[in-house]
Amino acid sequence: MIISQLGYYSLIFGLLTSIFIFFNSSIQLKKNNPIISDKITGLIGFQFFFVFISFISLIYSFIISDFSNETVYNNSHTTKPLFYKITGTWGNHEGSLLLWLLVLSGVLLGFIFKSRNEPTNYRLLTTLLHQIIVIGFFVFVLKTSNPFNEIFPVQQEGLGLNPILQDPALGIHPPILYLGYVGTSIIFSAALASMISNYLNKSWAKNIKFWILFSWIFLTGGILLGSVWAYYELGWGGFWFWDPVENVSLMPWLSLTALLHCIVTLEKRELFKKWTIVLCIITFTLSMVGTFLVRSGILNSVHTFANDPSRGIYILTFLLVLVLLSFVIFMIYENKNFTQESGIFTLSKETAILINNWFILYFLSVVLIGTIYPIFLDVILDEQISVGPPFYNKLILPFLIPFVLFMSIGPSMKWIKTNFKIKAKSFLVIIFTLILSFFTVYFVGEKNIFILLLFIGFFYLLLKSLDQLREKTKNFAQIFSHTGFSLLLISILLNSFSSKEIIKNIQVGESFTLKNEKIIFKKIAIEKEKNYESIVGFFEILDDKNRIINLQPEIRIYNEPETATSEASIKTTLFKDRFITINIIKDQNFFNVRYQHKPFMIWIWISTLIIMLGGMFAIFRKNKEVNI
Amino acid sequence: MQFLEKIKKSIFSLIILILLIISFFVFKFALQKEKIYTPKITDNQIFTDFKVQFLIDEKQVNFNKVLTGKNFYLINIWSSWCEPCKDESKYLLELKNNTPIMMIGINYKDKKKNALNFLKLYGDPFEKIFVDKQGLISINFGAYGVPETFLINNDNKVLKKYIGPLNDEDVYEIKKITKN
Amino acid sequence: MRMFMKSKKLLKIKILIILILTFLSFKNTAVSSSFSEEQTVNITKNLRCLICQGQTIHESNSDFAESMKKYIKSELENGKTNDEVFSSLIEKYGQWIVYDPGISRNTLLLWALPLLLFLIGGVIIAKKIFRKI
Repeated sequence: MIISQLGYYSLIFGLLTSIFIFFNSSIQLKKNNPIISDKITGLIGFQFFFVFISFISLIYSFIISDFSNETVYNNSHTTKPLFYKITGTWGNHEGSLLLWLLVLSGVLLGFIFKSRNEPTNYRLLTTLLHQIIVIGFFVFVLKTSNPFNEIFPVQQEGLGLNPILQDPALGIHPPILYLGYVGTSIIFSAALASMISNYLNKSWAKNIKFWILFSWIFLTGGILLGSVWAYYELGWGGFWFWDPVENVSLMPWLSLTALLHCIVTLEKRELFKKWTIVLCIITFTLSMVGTFLVRSGILNSVHTFANDPSRGIYILTFLLVLVLLSFVIFMIYENKNFTQESGIFTLSKETAILINNWFILYFLSVVLIGTIYPIFLDVILDEQISVGPPFYNKLILPFLIPFVLFMSIGPSMKWIKTNFKIKAKSFLVIIFTLILSFFTVYFVGEKNIFILLLFIGFFYLLLKSLDQLREKTKNFAQIFSHTGFSLLLISILLNSFSSKEIIKNIQVGESFTLKNEKIIFKKIAIEKEKNYESIVGFFEILDDKNRIINLQPEIRIYNEPETATSEASIKTTLFKDRFITINIIKDQNFFNVRYQHKPFMIWIWISTLIIMLGGMFAIFRKNKEVNI
Repeated sequence: MQFLEKIKKSIFSLIILILLIISFFVFKFALQKEKIYTPKITDNQIFTDFKVQFLIDEKQVNFNKVLTGKNFYLINIWSSWCEPCKDESKYLLELKNNTPIMMIGINYKDKKKNALNFLKLYGDPFEKIFVDKQGLISINFGAYGVPETFLINNDNKVLKKYIGPLNDEDVYEIKKITKN
Repeated sequence: MRMFMKSKKLLKIKILIILILTFLSFKNTAVSSSFSEEQTVNITKNLRCLICQGQTIHESNSDFAESMKKYIKSELENGKTNDEVFSSLIEKYGQWIVYDPGISRNTLLLWALPLLLFLIGGVIIAKKIFRKI
């Protein structure tokens, strides 16, 4: 109770420090002080501290199950394991916005700390602009989504957390995702500040790159965790469905990826300044659009929670204000910063990066338009449509082929000008690519020229990336992320073509076959856990070499709130996942069993980790020459 | 040249501004819209060329033979395990007693014993009841749950479609339509 | 020496051509029985469930989805084609039920806008790259 109060007042103090910081930094800007006063640095520290205290008190309220707190009451229960009490803190609207705020103030603190050697007026301006976002979110949390609302009379028991959110991957998914998602805010503030303070140059690019990589790595990790969760928990063996909520995390990732490549050009050659700034603005705008779409409940999706529209209106208005602000700043300072840039040669790294950005932005536009078009159509013409995987596949897959080809040759381009010498070695790579693709297509059994082309493109990228390992100056960041990306595409393609599935309604004791495997339904048992009861099915799989694999899918009946979920049982091997789920059929004494072969699943996760590893290499070898 | 550049720039920013404002209002209106999709009524005629089975005597008949002789038909999809159907019964009885509509019940994924019990308990508003053991007949009508109610005229055209239980207003509306 | 290099290169190109030709000579040997489980799955994977609105009919275990699977199977057994099944369902439940928005008056912009943006981007980039320095 007192802790809840502490959290609430801590938030108010946080808002007050924001206002202090805002005015203080504008006064200092006018004075043109050569260094930032300790007062502002201190205040930024305090601001983070206040939000942190508030966040900790909410976690504490969840741990002790303080049901005088409305958020805790709505989303927790005494019988829940401690881990899910803690993760329940951000598994709801109010708590997740508090997490937003925590990251938002945290990245500013990190920025101030890291930018000590940069111009004072640039740092002050970044602080000032960032405070506009911070204040906006403080007001949003306090006004529409206060996590410390009290309820009276105090309830004895809470309503519980949605069981499908009670999962380890999803427990840590929001903090990781938010570090990436909200991390883009500092890129936005810094980009605008660099324009105003005339600091849009090589050293700005070099320093801001850290934050771009930081957001990018965490966003990649967050998306990975979300996919892993969908695969394990949603019970149908898919990991990506082009669901609007998934798209919303992919969009800032795409624009960050474009930005990542673009910023290097600015760092090395002082080119594409205008475009870099536009990308910084787009990235954060997309994060905000995502927050709006998810938090307002405007989407019809598996993931959204019921929400009241006043929250949506607030974020929407705030978003408009921020976009307009950045637009105005951009227009005013445009001429000051962007003098005529020197031209670029046709065959150069600059060209390669432009082409990279061209394709990525196209993919981004497909995802964006696919996500919001139904909303526009519904409002304007009152027609409802669904935009699903067929749309994205048709518009993205054909473009992937030229994209990966450019991606393969891009890294061997030199800055300014490349003189191409076709070496015998490059022929070897092509031949290997063709052999590999040919055998893969033959093996998969999809004899289709389009799929062959996709495989050729992906394998070529893989081999070209690995080929760079033999070069004298290795760029591990690029090699890892490009290798990871090609592996990811290959595994996704293989997975989608050679997945096998069988659905049967059977009783205990019966069996069925898939390919050369026999699936036997041995027995059923009922187990009781602290927060759920579960019906466990015991299955024995006899594979083609007569080895026995045991799988135990469950149907869990959670008590608070009372919901049934189906827990998949998965046996992972290097080449194939065996995936089984069971469901009860109403009024019947048999079970609905869904058994699947999901080839190369583990490689989808591994290759994403390799991509992230590439990002980490880029962060840690920032002192050396880095080419992307 | 300079001048042209300037005009180009201001047109460009104007377009962006307009797009932003339009998007803002679209999203604003979208917030107030219903997010759960329900199919609209189509002006289409319903498909009637399929066999149905009576609940009571289990005889089979083609459904287009059923829809003859009256000006209006009310098709109600119900089930004994459906809670809202219990509340709906009184409205259906009211329609049966006070309108010239032919009341047709489609018993959805139910057991015969339970269905008959339900009718005993809450009253039987139907002239004819058919069974839909597998839910296929409901799909023929374009329904997706229980209860759902269709008001059909003698051309087999759907006049009204009610998803979820009927209420006072719906009954009033049906009475008004069938009076003319 | 030079001649040798050339012939080596030629050899490589030959290998390339042979590889491509062997692939093209592959016959499409996919077995297509008149009706299969797979065909039903292909349809249900592209249908949206009206009960749990974020899922496909294929994934969903709701009553409606189960009936829908049976319905589609029986329609296919009656000799209907995939397109006929889709269009009859769209007629009953609206365009919303299919995940493929298709090309129509309502969705023309949906398909055209990204492609248009791609073209515009291409023009801008081409201007930049091929500009005289």
